[in-house]
Amino acid sequence: MILHELISLDVLRVIWWGLLGVLLIGFALTDGFDMGVGALLPFVGRTDTERRIAINTVGPVWEGNQVWFILGGGAIFAAWPLLYAMSFSGFYLAMWLVLAALILRPVGFKYRSKRDSTAWRSGWDWALFVGGFVPALLFGVAVGNVLQGAPFHLTPDLLPVYEGSWYGKLLGLLNPFALLAGVVSAAMLIMHGGAWLGLKAEDPVAGRARAIGLYAAGVAFAGYLLAGVWIAFGIDGYTFTSEIVANGPSNPLHSEVAKGGSWLAAYSARPWIVIAPAMGLIGMVMAAMGLRAKREVSTLLWSKLAIFGVISSVGLTMFPFILPSSSDPNSSLTVWDASSSHLTLFVMLVVTLIFVPLILVYTAWVYKVLWGKVTEDDVIAENGQMY
Amino acid sequence: MEFGIVELSRLQFAMTAMYHFLFVPLTLGLSVIVAIMETVYVMTNRPIWRQMTKFWAMLFGINFALGVATGITMEFQFGMNWSYYSHYVGDIFGAPLAIEGLMAFFLEATFVGLMFFGWDKMSKPAHAVVTWLVAIGSNFSALWILIANGWMQNPVGAAFNPQTMRMEMTSFGEVLFNGVAQAKFVHTVSAGYVTASVFVIGVSAWYLLRGRHIDLARRSITVAAAFGLASAFSVVVLGDESGYSATDNQKMKLAAMEAMWDTHEAPAAFTLIGIPDQDARETKYAIHIPWVMGIIGTRSLTTDIPGINDLEKRAEERIRSGMIAYGALMQIRTERDAVAPAVTTTFEEHSADLGYAFLLRKYTDDPTTATEAQITLAAEDTIPTVWPLFWAFRIMVALGFGFIATMGYFFLRASFKGMDFPRWSLRLAVWMIPAPWIAAEMGWFVAEFGRQPWTVDGVLPTAMSVSALSITEVALTFVGFLTFYTILFIIEMGLMLKYIRKGPFMDVKETELWMDDHAERLHRTVSGSPIATPAE
Repeated sequence: MILHELISLDVLRVIWWGLLGVLLIGFALTDGFDMGVGALLPFVGRTDTERRIAINTVGPVWEGNQVWFILGGGAIFAAWPLLYAMSFSGFYLAMWLVLAALILRPVGFKYRSKRDSTAWRSGWDWALFVGGFVPALLFGVAVGNVLQGAPFHLTPDLLPVYEGSWYGKLLGLLNPFALLAGVVSAAMLIMHGGAWLGLKAEDPVAGRARAIGLYAAGVAFAGYLLAGVWIAFGIDGYTFTSEIVANGPSNPLHSEVAKGGSWLAAYSARPWIVIAPAMGLIGMVMAAMGLRAKREVSTLLWSKLAIFGVISSVGLTMFPFILPSSSDPNSSLTVWDASSSHLTLFVMLVVTLIFVPLILVYTAWVYKVLWGKVTEDDVIAENGQMY
Repeated sequence: MEFGIVELSRLQFAMTAMYHFLFVPLTLGLSVIVAIMETVYVMTNRPIWRQMTKFWAMLFGINFALGVATGITMEFQFGMNWSYYSHYVGDIFGAPLAIEGLMAFFLEATFVGLMFFGWDKMSKPAHAVVTWLVAIGSNFSALWILIANGWMQNPVGAAFNPQTMRMEMTSFGEVLFNGVAQAKFVHTVSAGYVTASVFVIGVSAWYLLRGRHIDLARRSITVAAAFGLASAFSVVVLGDESGYSATDNQKMKLAAMEAMWDTHEAPAAFTLIGIPDQDARETKYAIHIPWVMGIIGTRSLTTDIPGINDLEKRAEERIRSGMIAYGALMQIRTERDAVAPAVTTTFEEHSADLGYAFLLRKYTDDPTTATEAQITLAAEDTIPTVWPLFWAFRIMVALGFGFIATMGYFFLRASFKGMDFPRWSLRLAVWMIPAPWIAAEMGWFVAEFGRQPWTVDGVLPTAMSVSALSITEVALTFVGFLTFYTILFIIEMGLMLKYIRKGPFMDVKETELWMDDHAERLHRTVSGSPIATPAE
């Protein structure tokens, strides 16, 4: 018997669908507060020292956090190659904007305090703002578009082709529902950044961050509810019209899909998934209350629960669809027909099971070493260690 | 050559990858050098070593930021610009990229923050361990990236699946232990070590020329020269040429690098220099060194190295075989479950050459009906442009020998002449700083330009690998990346120069503590006065 056949292909596909969620959530939980702090930076720090406090709360950890994003790219490539090929080439210019914004962060963090000039520093502060806010917004916009389906088709060779002119593609992404999803995503990560600064900084930075974070939690809550209503009444879901072959070869063109019905049908088919949006909403309310009451650790944890709930609600609602096609539904990418081969999924699962626990352990150790607030004394001590 | 989406996408990839590789070699090597220095600090407890560690780590950090920034692009642009490639080989190629994240980049990036921010938060040995983890992480990172790249050069452990229209992994072990990947890894990290050594020696030499930071500069040269000498030998002796007999196209690359038009009897002669003429298929004014090519290329005196003309004939045969595979594939695709077993057998017999049929797609929509003229053209396409490869390779090799000589000289002076370096040698060391970067970029150029017309050797032509994008989109991002990277590069260079001019940070408190401690110890043991200085 061959080792990888210990786990059947359909089970591996579901596991990798779950791991895709784990990676996106891991990214949002960790790098999410880095992006939130970036987006809050110009508003929570009025003096150079205050801004440096905010930057140095994430200074030692943002780099490791960002690897969740890089790993997300690598894991989608390895486990869902068609999704990797389709989404990044389809959302081409939007993806470039995300990359450009994210590229500003490594340089922004590292270089900002390396010169004394005010113009230099405020320039990098805005770069860090863009590096935090723009990706936070655009990730949500992407999710909003995925829920509506994207206009693409696969050729018989399985070359993904996204339809429309170059500006049509870019502007098409910025439709009202997608923008709403973008607002939810940005607000949620700003709330998360507020909770982080509340824990890691002292007043006045922490106080301002909590105040803005509180507003953001409100916006995220209202926006998420509104998006739910919109999905119920204004957006079509997708369904398989041919028999589902969960163990078949990864070729979307072998099955038939139709647009129609509601995404929310998933909640009558699998009622337990209601737990995901519930976690999202409860997490937001509790995080907001924690921000008001100046609770520190628990607020961050509630904020994490909110993010966990919101992201998993999208995945669970769409299952088994990953990226539906609005113009040629048969080309839709699903859990059952867009994955890697049996062997690759198995090998990657083994590697993941070895390394992810290891990563969690040493990351936890690093956070433990760095535990405690970043104070004014820390950043003004001229030992050349702080950003 | 017409300039279309394929050429523009290639140009963008080459530009972003070559920019990325301006920062990677220094990260690879300097992380190890810093870790060595910190280990000496932990063992001797002398403040000078702490100062050295922190100084070089500071420069490491400035460089590292851009390595990370430009690396973000690399992880995503396969999907953005090479979507057919991503679909076609993602089942194999994606795995090492993901494992790189899991095993290496996470390690490196998680600990790099602690390396800079954790000096006062943990014990000295623990901090040294953190620094080593950063070095190990960055080097492991190179390993997985080169396993991915090695697979593009020598696609082992995979087979085509007609149901999914892509290559799928058949053996992870073969992908992992691909000989080409191993050779590339050793060659590339050694090149990184040489780069960092030349950098450290160059900057230190500049201090010595100005009479500044002499203790730091001399010790840094001593460390870097020893490390650099070993690495310079490794990079030349363990050059990745040994992998060039693995596939037909690797052989073609070797023949093109050497401008070897015809197959010569073993052991082949090495063309030291000459002017390759692709149209006439000859190398003018060539100066040959007998035997050397045979030894470099095959590590034997009896194995033939095929020339370009013979390899072209082989390519033509494989195109004809690929056409049969292509015809069978089309039948399998339309008839799906009802396909006759004979067709499947035919496909399996010829599927290794399927990629060669794809070369015809440039000339005809249906490769099964290609004309003789089209087959000839496609076979000719398997020959890369010779002269850039010929020259890039020679520049790289000449620089490689230059590094051995320089490192050897500094190593001898540091070890046996009491760290006394003549001024001319210091000036030379400063001027030499850009050389390893030139060599590294030349090396990548040879490896990747020489791989053309394929993205994956013999499997997928470059022309078929691109995304279905408009030329406007790629032009926008190309200009965007170029502008953005160039601005960042100028900023980085400015900061590098500023912090090199500024010199190391003097940790006064630490130094005084050490002097008190040292004086006390000397009084306690022998009779002498505190003669040692913190610099020793």
